[in-house]
Amino acid sequence: MLSINDLSVSYGSIQALRGISLHVEAGEIVTLIGGNGAGKSTTLRTVSGLLSPRSGQIQFEGQAIQGQPPHLIAQRGLVHVPEGRGIFANLTVEENLQLGAYFRHDKAGIRTDRERALTLFPRVRERLQQQAGTLSGGEQQMLAIARALLSRPKLLMLDEPSLGLAPQIVQTIFQVIREINQEGTTILLVEQNASMALQVAHRAYVLEVGCIQMEGDAKALAASDDVRKAYLGAH
Amino acid sequence: MSVSHPMPAASPIAATPFRPTGPLMGVLPLAIGIVVAVLLHVILPGFVGPYYSRIVIDIGIAIILAVSLNIVNGMTGQFSIGHAGFMTVGGYTAGLITYYGSYFIWGTLGKHGVFLGTGEWLFAASCIVGGLVAAGAGYIVGLPSLRLRGDYLAIVTLGFGEILRVVLQQTGKVLDDGAAIRAAGWSQWLPPPVGGAIGFDGIPKYTNLFWVYTFVTITVVVAYRLKHSSLGRAMISVREDEIAAQAMGVNIARQKVLAFVMAAFFAGVAGGLFAHERGVIISPKDAGFQRSFDYVIMTVLGGRGSISGVTLAAIILTALPELLRDFEQYRLIVFALLLIVMMIVRPQGLFGIHEIWHFWRRRSR
Repeated sequence: MLSINDLSVSYGSIQALRGISLHVEAGEIVTLIGGNGAGKSTTLRTVSGLLSPRSGQIQFEGQAIQGQPPHLIAQRGLVHVPEGRGIFANLTVEENLQLGAYFRHDKAGIRTDRERALTLFPRVRERLQQQAGTLSGGEQQMLAIARALLSRPKLLMLDEPSLGLAPQIVQTIFQVIREINQEGTTILLVEQNASMALQVAHRAYVLEVGCIQMEGDAKALAASDDVRKAYLGAH
Repeated sequence: MSVSHPMPAASPIAATPFRPTGPLMGVLPLAIGIVVAVLLHVILPGFVGPYYSRIVIDIGIAIILAVSLNIVNGMTGQFSIGHAGFMTVGGYTAGLITYYGSYFIWGTLGKHGVFLGTGEWLFAASCIVGGLVAAGAGYIVGLPSLRLRGDYLAIVTLGFGEILRVVLQQTGKVLDDGAAIRAAGWSQWLPPPVGGAIGFDGIPKYTNLFWVYTFVTITVVVAYRLKHSSLGRAMISVREDEIAAQAMGVNIARQKVLAFVMAAFFAGVAGGLFAHERGVIISPKDAGFQRSFDYVIMTVLGGRGSISGVTLAAIILTALPELLRDFEQYRLIVFALLLIVMMIVRPQGLFGIHEIWHFWRRRSR
């Protein structure tokens, strides 16, 4: 579904990605783990068109999308939930959801997706008329994912959904991520919380200073000594 | 003994903010506004006399400018301080049409026709053409907003107003009789003879309460409908978080330029009304920084995106200096103090991003 081939990205003279290649197949949860500055977020931002690559190809459903403007990439069904959630704080929760369906015109489909998102996140339903900025961090993350679901993504890219949240809420959110996937949405997940990410993902890539160090089955990686030492805190 | 039940949660209908729906709700406020405009026109001058009527006209023009500027500065979160520039583009364009147009159509340079007569319709059309030309200018000025942010964009818009001011100063003398107009060659029409530094004198004074408040109604209704439309939400999403807006499929470049174009259109219409106002000679200095800043102050005081707040600020800030005429030289000091106090007490503006009735409803709930 998504394939990235030899992708390099620079911020000025600093090279953030040094020729990475990865692929995501339909129906999968693929996670990208690694430390700070490894290039995880850069990868997502490049795929969604916020950054333009120095070289390399990005193909989504067989079509090259590198260099396209972000709103057109989003309209193809490649939807990015940015790090820090990016909710519209001064709008109500309802209006945030409406913006999720901004480019869609099929009213019936939007209603179905809204219902589905609100069923996945009952907390969001309770807060529909509230200003989004007044939600707790966990609720904001839920809203960000719910809003993305209203774009009816084919591939949902989540950047650090566990960032700054209480462990219990992280559990809830990962549970929902799994449900969304089971209902047929492909997911590319970027996480620092490697143990959680490896639990829900089918496959994983380990990124280190702009290069892919390891890749493979998530369970196998979680069991490997290198990953355990570097990212899971085992000795 | 009665058992106290917990209050049922507010029903979703009661909690849904008031939104106009259906074609009737679009036409009804317009119709009401136009009726009010007619009533104002017929009744007000008899009660308060010409001086206060003129202040009410000034207030109406200020409302159009402030509410339209609010589309760029409040809703879309860009920072334009060149709004008077767009106003002046519209004013000069409209003046050019009615002044020279009258001569070519009716062979006279003065006012033509009675209330709602042919002359006034030419005037109304000229305001709209002025708005369209200003919208074109808005498109050109809006383009840099794609690459610039905050202060830098403000400087570009400021530059636009100042450049316009200097260009208008270079125009030729107004042709003030039929013989001169007939004798004028191409070289005299380009650039159009609109009076240079002393201003465009002689524009027929068509502006009255009816036309001003008709256009006020249109502006406010359009702004309100915009705010609650998908397009308006997209503009607000640009203000709130550009990255998230893009991730939702919003073309932020288009939203920004569109905001500039719409705001400039209404500013141009207001310019047309201003240029045809009795006692006004539109001149290059109207394009300058000071007038632009008056409207910025109105949007800041009113609150980012609050249409009712900005309207109220426009009313207060236009009426106040008139009522305090004797202290006119202290006007700027008072305005500056007002801004400083506001920054300390209510940095989000009078109403923040809310409308007046939101507060009323919260209290009554």
